[in-house]
Amino acid sequence: MAKQITPEVGRAHWAKTRNLMFTTLGVWAFFSFFIHFFAIPMNALVLFGFPLGYYMAAQGSLIIFVLLIFWFCSKQNQIDEEFGVAED
Amino acid sequence: MAASMKGDFVDNLGKVYGIYVGGFAGFVVLMMIFTALGVPDRVILWAYMGATIGIYAFIGIMSRTSAVSEYYVAGRRVPAIYNGMATGADWMSGASFVGMAGTLFVLGYDGLAFVLGWTGGYVLVAVLLAPYLRKFGAYTVPDFLGTRYGGNTARFVGILVLFACSFTYVTAQIYASGIIASQFLGIDFNYAVFAGLAGILVCSMLGGMRAVTWTQVAQYIVLIVAYLLPAIWMSTVRTGVPIPQLMYGTVLSDIGAYEQLLGVAQSHVAPFTNMSPMDYFFLIFCLMVGTASLPHILMRFFTTPTVREARKSVGWSLFFIFLLYFTAPAYAAFSKYNLMDLFVNSPDYLLPYTAIPAWMIEWGAIQGHQLVTICGIKAESVMAIQAACEAKGHVGGFPYGELRLNNDMIVLSTPSIAGMPIWVVGLVGAGGFAAALSTADGLLLAIANALSHDIYYKMINPQADTKTRLTIAKVLLVIVAVAAALLAQTKPSDILSMVAWAFSIAGAGLFAPLVMGVWWSRTTNAGAISGMIAGFGVTMVYLLGSKYGLFIGEPWGEGAWFGVKSISSGIFGIPVAFAVTYVVSLMTPEPSEEMQEFVNNLRMPSGGTMIEQTA
Repeated sequence: MAKQITPEVGRAHWAKTRNLMFTTLGVWAFFSFFIHFFAIPMNALVLFGFPLGYYMAAQGSLIIFVLLIFWFCSKQNQIDEEFGVAED
Repeated sequence: MAASMKGDFVDNLGKVYGIYVGGFAGFVVLMMIFTALGVPDRVILWAYMGATIGIYAFIGIMSRTSAVSEYYVAGRRVPAIYNGMATGADWMSGASFVGMAGTLFVLGYDGLAFVLGWTGGYVLVAVLLAPYLRKFGAYTVPDFLGTRYGGNTARFVGILVLFACSFTYVTAQIYASGIIASQFLGIDFNYAVFAGLAGILVCSMLGGMRAVTWTQVAQYIVLIVAYLLPAIWMSTVRTGVPIPQLMYGTVLSDIGAYEQLLGVAQSHVAPFTNMSPMDYFFLIFCLMVGTASLPHILMRFFTTPTVREARKSVGWSLFFIFLLYFTAPAYAAFSKYNLMDLFVNSPDYLLPYTAIPAWMIEWGAIQGHQLVTICGIKAESVMAIQAACEAKGHVGGFPYGELRLNNDMIVLSTPSIAGMPIWVVGLVGAGGFAAALSTADGLLLAIANALSHDIYYKMINPQADTKTRLTIAKVLLVIVAVAAALLAQTKPSDILSMVAWAFSIAGAGLFAPLVMGVWWSRTTNAGAISGMIAGFGVTMVYLLGSKYGLFIGEPWGEGAWFGVKSISSGIFGIPVAFAVTYVVSLMTPEPSEEMQEFVNNLRMPSGGTMIEQTA
């Protein structure tokens, strides 16, 4: 190992990582569960033939999941680089 | 020779798979020409099966290896995007390919619980587990548990859970590959199972994870093309635009209008008509957590070169899975519309007995399965159908409501229902076969590696040399595969219906110890072991009790506890595992300094893998 990581740096890195985890899982929970609680009222709105409630479960949430993971990756990389714990 | 070969291969992945895609496209064009020339259908179907198995075998043999790290984790040299494709094939089973659109066809909105559940779990994998398991550097999931939780007890409980969720699953994949092979090759199921088995073993036996990885990439390409093509075809025919995922909105509206005409009470897009909201959300939860706990999926993320790539490859995995899962609802809608259209265009909305399409009888007459049901009977002949329907008072024809299609036949039969030529039918068969084979390979490796690496090498004979370890690994792989094939051959309906349980079992037994092992350094050995046993135990008691009763007395039936369906039984086990792990950890002394340091190190991407694997 090239450099030693002090416990303080380690703790600060982990605190930020943990916050990012909670944010990401918050978005995940919103689009996995919460939004679909309103599937019936949302279905009243029809766009291009898709009732909105149906669309969100069939496509909308899925697109969010894919984008969410890539967003999470770039954020986590920023955190790792900020604290100098990223891989070379 | 072997070393320079593999270096060249990983460096030239783009070129290699470019040639492969070109070759595959050329083969499909050749089949189109054969179709136009009037080559017999049977020849075209055999050509599809033969050519695809041939190419998988070629990749499998080229990737043979005698290095332990190549065998277990493909040398950790798989780039994120290729690992994403391999995970896609690993994940999408015969059931996803064959059954998903059918489930959506039958259940409408409520079937979307599977679409959501089987995609959203990857967010959990990316955030909570994959980077840390990669950093740790294990060969198997029980390997992580054994190291984090102080030895063989945790390792062994992990193997038990792994076995419980993976073995029924692999049996179902071999069964599915046998069904597809027997359907398309026209051979007896008993032999077709062994055709499937041969297809599975050529991919995995000689090269372990390395061979499975590169064949899974090839299989992903076949299965996604086979899935998208019929959907694009139907969309183009119906709307003139070849993007089914955008265009099926108009078809959903048309289905709504047809439902009115045909007197179908249950709307395709209305939520919570087949499942209560509770069933729906519990199912999503269990499928998601289960996804994030299945060992054959988690071990795919051990193969990337870095922690950063492991994270990114979860994103790519979900992207490649998404391509199929966001097409499935479109597939279902177009198929349903086509079928309803048949009735709407018949006099009085009754399909005349004289106009029953050939595919209904062809699929209906298949021995041993009831795929098409009309007026309550197996659709074997027009006469039988007419007799049954007339007995119900339908004169001249039968209504839409009297037709029932099995979920599993929708995808495989849609090309013939929609009048697509035989080269498309063959392609879809090859896609379903690829989906079943690739998942079976992943599962088989997960089971055999746990037996060879964790039980044999770590628990029985730590002195074993490289050669012995790999020989044992390969022998165990064949034994597990043959055992699963023999079981599949008996068509064990109980086993097959248990596959849906795999997600709850994996979630309840493995999710808590894996997540808490990383995210809570206070988790103790005793805490994790008792949490695993409690979570796994509660779920198994509920599952077995619901289906068989416990030792004494009658089966409890579905929904014995608070009306929860057995498929969602993880809803009990998952929280119990977390709670027991937490409480027992607090009651037992803190983990050692070294272990806390170990966990801190686990959380830092830098510094290379943590355990040095020998050889």
